[in-house]
Amino acid sequence: MPQDITIKITDRDGVLHEVQAPTDMNMNVMELIRAYELAPEGTVGICGGMAMCASCQCYVLNDVISLERNPDEEAMLWEAYHVKDNSRLGCQIPITEAIDGLEIEIAPEQ
Amino acid sequence: MPRKKMIETDILIIGAGPTGLFAVFEAGLLKLKCHIIDALPQIGGQLAELYPKKPIYDIPGYPEVLAGDLVSNLMEQIKQFQPGFTLGETAQTIEKLEDGTFIVTTNEGTKHHAKAIAIAGGLGTFEPRKPILKDLEFYEKEDRGVDYFVKDPEKYRGKNVVISGGGDSALDWSIFLSDVAASVTLVHRRNEFRGALDSVEKVQELKSSGKIKLITPAEVVGFKGSERLESVDIEVNGARMNVVTDYFIPLFGLTPKLGPIANWGLEIEKNAIKVNNALDYQTNIDGIYAIGDVNIYPGKLKLILCGFHEATLMCQSVYNRINPGKKYVLKYTTVSGVDGFDGTRKEAEKAVVKSID
Repeated sequence: MPQDITIKITDRDGVLHEVQAPTDMNMNVMELIRAYELAPEGTVGICGGMAMCASCQCYVLNDVISLERNPDEEAMLWEAYHVKDNSRLGCQIPITEAIDGLEIEIAPEQ
Repeated sequence: MPRKKMIETDILIIGAGPTGLFAVFEAGLLKLKCHIIDALPQIGGQLAELYPKKPIYDIPGYPEVLAGDLVSNLMEQIKQFQPGFTLGETAQTIEKLEDGTFIVTTNEGTKHHAKAIAIAGGLGTFEPRKPILKDLEFYEKEDRGVDYFVKDPEKYRGKNVVISGGGDSALDWSIFLSDVAASVTLVHRRNEFRGALDSVEKVQELKSSGKIKLITPAEVVGFKGSERLESVDIEVNGARMNVVTDYFIPLFGLTPKLGPIANWGLEIEKNAIKVNNALDYQTNIDGIYAIGDVNIYPGKLKLILCGFHEATLMCQSVYNRINPGKKYVLKYTTVSGVDGFDGTRKEAEKAVVKSID
């Protein structure tokens, strides 16, 4: 069985959570936030993961993943609020072994 | 102003998404009439507003179906039950009468009298994401020029229109209004648009033929006009220009909010309405049900197929509520056919009884 990885997520109240994430369930970071209920339902992952709402915007705090955005993500973040250089959409970050140790902060609500 | 007539119905459904639409069918089989309110000007809910051209793979019996096609199919499936619609209005207040029936009034004052309420509100009311601009509040009132939805395209006939946004709705409305309005100017912060390829290509074509004026990368930054909108200021690459217009329509997407329903005294948990899933999806208020993505109960899954099931059980419960003690057995449509309120009848063809020599 594949090993779970560890991701550090700071929620919108500034509380740090260190959570375990499975790498074999085709999950992404937005879904991980929902699975652990780190933001109230209805305030994250509203579009279901289509990069169409920016409710799962996160700030990437270390260099475990690239800050390069895919075209859908880039287009959405152009129109979103509270966007910084290190903004990514959680729904566009798949959970794989390669992102073990990722540290992110959930951006404020849109 | 003349008072609007009260709309009478058996089940008032709030939300015209797939769950709300399918409820009309199940209600129709039980001879119950439905009326649907939706805050958006079109039916389909999220499927129409967020992802009409995207496929869904988990509708039973459909290996793949486009969200927009699922909505058209549902509309086709329910049309003989003649649902009424109040579109582009938000259910605002609810009043329970002594006889157990309800009056629901929208933000525009339309009143609906119903024997039961089914909230099929999905993520909630879609509210427009607004640009942050000075005097926006003044111009968005009383037809002074700022609109967030195109409810009636005829309103823009012969007018100058500036549309802002880079997604499907900005593209599609620019295309549509280019045939209606005197002029259409599309403003977007980037050169790249994000929409269905055929829409992007069509806008390109209309731009080349001069039917749409495209200004990118640019942003509307201010308004002019004392009584109503007369022109907008547009910032292009740090320079300002002024474009004369009758309407400015920012289409920056929609954010769902539970909205006024949150104040109806319903038990809310995790931004959803608690229901009795052991029985009939009724809320803590007798006669008000919640079905589809808007409800919550242990084990809840926000799936269209679950909404269909919840809608079906809700209708049975409403039947019993409206006809206490009246006997009823579950009918199969294959056996009984479907009798529409419009006089139509659908039924299986009779098998032929004939000997074979």
